[in-house]
Amino acid sequence: MGNIVSLRKVAKRYTRGKEVVEVLHSLDLDIAEGDFVALMGPSGSGKTTLLNLIGGLDRPTEGEVIVAGEHIDRLSGAALARWRARHVGFVFQFYNLMPMLSAQANVELPLLLTHLSAAQRRANALTALTIVGLADRARHKPSELSGGQQQRVAIARALVADPTLLVCDEPTGDLDRRTADEILGLLQVLNREHGKTIIMVTHDPKAAEYARRQLHMDKGALVDGQQVS
Amino acid sequence: MKYFPLLWATLWRKKTRTIFTLLSIVVAFLLFGMLQGVNAAFQQGVNNANVNRLIVTSRISLTEPLPIAQKPLIEAVPGVAGIAYASWFGAYYQEQKNFVFATPVDIDDYLKVVPELKIAPDQVEALKRTRTGLIVGLDLLQKYGWKVGDRIPLHSTIWVKKDDGNSDWPFDIVGTYDFTTDRSQNNGALFNYSYFDEARTFGAGTIGWWIVSVRDPNQSAQIAAAIDKLFENSPDETKSQSEKEFAQSFLKQFGDINFIVQAILGAVFFTLLFLTGNTMMQAVRERIPELAVLKTLGFSDTKVTVLVLAESLLLCLIAAALGLLLASLLFPMLKDYIGAVKLPTSVLVSGAGIAVLLALATGGLPAWRAKRLVIVDALAGR
Repeated sequence: MGNIVSLRKVAKRYTRGKEVVEVLHSLDLDIAEGDFVALMGPSGSGKTTLLNLIGGLDRPTEGEVIVAGEHIDRLSGAALARWRARHVGFVFQFYNLMPMLSAQANVELPLLLTHLSAAQRRANALTALTIVGLADRARHKPSELSGGQQQRVAIARALVADPTLLVCDEPTGDLDRRTADEILGLLQVLNREHGKTIIMVTHDPKAAEYARRQLHMDKGALVDGQQVS
Repeated sequence: MKYFPLLWATLWRKKTRTIFTLLSIVVAFLLFGMLQGVNAAFQQGVNNANVNRLIVTSRISLTEPLPIAQKPLIEAVPGVAGIAYASWFGAYYQEQKNFVFATPVDIDDYLKVVPELKIAPDQVEALKRTRTGLIVGLDLLQKYGWKVGDRIPLHSTIWVKKDDGNSDWPFDIVGTYDFTTDRSQNNGALFNYSYFDEARTFGAGTIGWWIVSVRDPNQSAQIAAAIDKLFENSPDETKSQSEKEFAQSFLKQFGDINFIVQAILGAVFFTLLFLTGNTMMQAVRERIPELAVLKTLGFSDTKVTVLVLAESLLLCLIAAALGLLLASLLFPMLKDYIGAVKLPTSVLVSGAGIAVLLALATGGLPAWRAKRLVIVDALAGR
């Protein structure tokens, strides 16, 4: 399979007051389609910054970011937003669901950007909730769901538009071990049975074991790569 | 339309705050509807003024009488088509709050000069036959449940009858009138000047004002000047104005209603701008992570901006609709005071326009903030 993610000499610098902080240094990375990559490393190593660049949430200071065949570092703001809607599903540590919407309405959100009818949107959202095992909680608000259930809703939201890539930032960071294992198991099923490419940032070595490949970062650079299975 | 459920849910995210904001806007638009309605009703009276007519009053004041002997002199002014007169009777029915705009007239002259006033010919004849006859506007008749044939007393706050020293004037209702061009004027009454002039203790042979119809409205100014010139340097100098100018100056006696209304509404909406603007800013501030998530999911900066503006628009339009609806329901209660029975459509349209402007003004800054929001900073809580 070809690479779905290619980073060439990517650097990212932030300006904080008068200080310039270089978070990523001339980084090269290839991720194949269908891969499940765990991105590990200490706090401040640049994992989330790298994930944000791959997900099109941020732009590199230098270098090229090619994802799903597109030079996303060259896209305009509006084009990048359209690209994200089409190609990337996001899962966050704290779920980031809309508290005033039901689980189903949360999952439908990315579909508002498509031309699907209301009935089709509802059907697709229900399908995504069924995949994550929460069809019976479709009408519940986030506050009526457990942390694990909220994260499943977030995964359903990430999946519903059938993105090319799933980008997960500490998806189990706020969950207990058992619930975390359920969520990671779900991600593994999505990768192995549905062929979704997943890039996951985690601190947790046990979580990283669910990935096919582990990448370690330190001080803004990749230090090694380990094939898990 | 597909974004409506999202907007609706967002609007009610903090129910209490939304309800209080909504209520404050509802009250503002209720006030707007009522005050602008009153203003428009007064203006309607001015706008309905007939361009073919002049009102001639004493130069000193509207309350200063003019001698009836002026009639043939005015009639002879070139361009004058007809002349009628009326006087201020200052009447009420039973209680002082039941003001009745009853006017003594010569009915034949009056109908020639005010042809839009419709009275059945047999009732005109009945008035002429009955010394104490009274022709009542349809609304006034309905208001007090009177009917033709009733004998009613009207108390005059000015005029005392010389036969018994009493201010209660008996009248026999002999007919009704319908003011076809301005039904808000259907709350008055007309009676015989001869009855009034013979029975009163003072002021015999005088009238309150002249109503002069002109052949060519374009000549009104010249005719008015000619009439005033006739009585220049006499004890009864006149002031001739078009009916519209007269209506405007009559209104000014109550104060500049338009200015008062605009000043009150200006203060209300200025306060509302800050109140609603602050609420919208707070609402957006609290939702920064949510707005960042929307952008993450692929909502463009423009789409997020429009969503915030649409939320502000939804809030303002719902509240304005409720406020104006309430005003429409309450406005007819002012009928006895201002004559108008329906909130003018122009007030509803301008209310909707102001609601849109309010929404754009209060939602503009939060929308701009939402547009400029940087996803990674917002998600990181920076």
